Amino acid sequence: MTPDLRFDFMADMQTGILTMRREFAAPRPLVWDCHTKSDLLDQWFAPKPMSTKTKSFEFREGGHWHYAMVDPSGTEYWGLVEYLSITPIERYRTRDHFADAEGVVNADLPGATWDVTFEDRETRSLVQSVITYASARDLQTVIDMGMKEGLASTLEKLDELLETLPERT
Amino acid sequence: MVRVMTQSARPLDSLFQALADPTRRAVVARLGRGEAPVKELAQPFDMALPSFLQHLGVLEGAGLIESRKEGRVRTCSLRPDALAAAERWFAEQRAMWEGRYDNLDALLVQMQETPDDT
Repeated sequence: MTPDLRFDFMADMQTGILTMRREFAAPRPLVWDCHTKSDLLDQWFAPKPMSTKTKSFEFREGGHWHYAMVDPSGTEYWGLVEYLSITPIERYRTRDHFADAEGVVNADLPGATWDVTFEDRETRSLVQSVITYASARDLQTVIDMGMKEGLASTLEKLDELLETLPERT
Repeated sequence: MVRVMTQSARPLDSLFQALADPTRRAVVARLGRGEAPVKELAQPFDMALPSFLQHLGVLEGAGLIESRKEGRVRTCSLRPDALAAAERWFAEQRAMWEGRYDNLDALLVQMQETPDDT
């Protein structure tokens, strides 16, 4: 375990911009590879207990990563990342979209632009992501959707729980 | 910009730049007691109306308050769940990325232990 790996998470609701900074105890080329190769992305991108499944991957400007995060019950959460610009080992810019299993983008939900930069920090590497929504309103739309989904999944869990309970009269 | 560090034990709070300003905080506190017309809201502040309206615009833009117009009277009210929803969403995003980056730490350790991996 590596101590003291700093993680900054900043949110600016006015501008709809989120900034994340995280250090990694590894040289920059390795950290870059982990962000830009699908066999490596598949090993870390979904937080536990979910896993990552890549359907298609093309790391080039104009290319896409079409992936799902899969939870233990098998539910798939699909996303589509579009690579806008790439400067190897230094930075890439993407646009992320909500999508389905076929890669069809959900036009009702705003995506964000990601500007991801990689810097040397002595023996470590620093990754900064600046995530920009087109407007505060777009960000609000995503938050509102997240709240509804959260509520829906809570209700679903409640349904499952009720089914497991013995019937009472 | 509000900075939230993982070193902090507290959950994401005071997220909004909107609340960093004393006038806007006072407006939110006042609206916490119930809706009010703009004229009444502006009354305690020694400030030109356009400046005060700018503050209301910031609060409205942040999704903290909403307003409606009836005739010539604009009434403001608090959106009490907006703050909670946004805080929760940011907390969820942060937790998701913490989980991802913990995975990545483990992967990087593994890759550096076996430098000849493919």
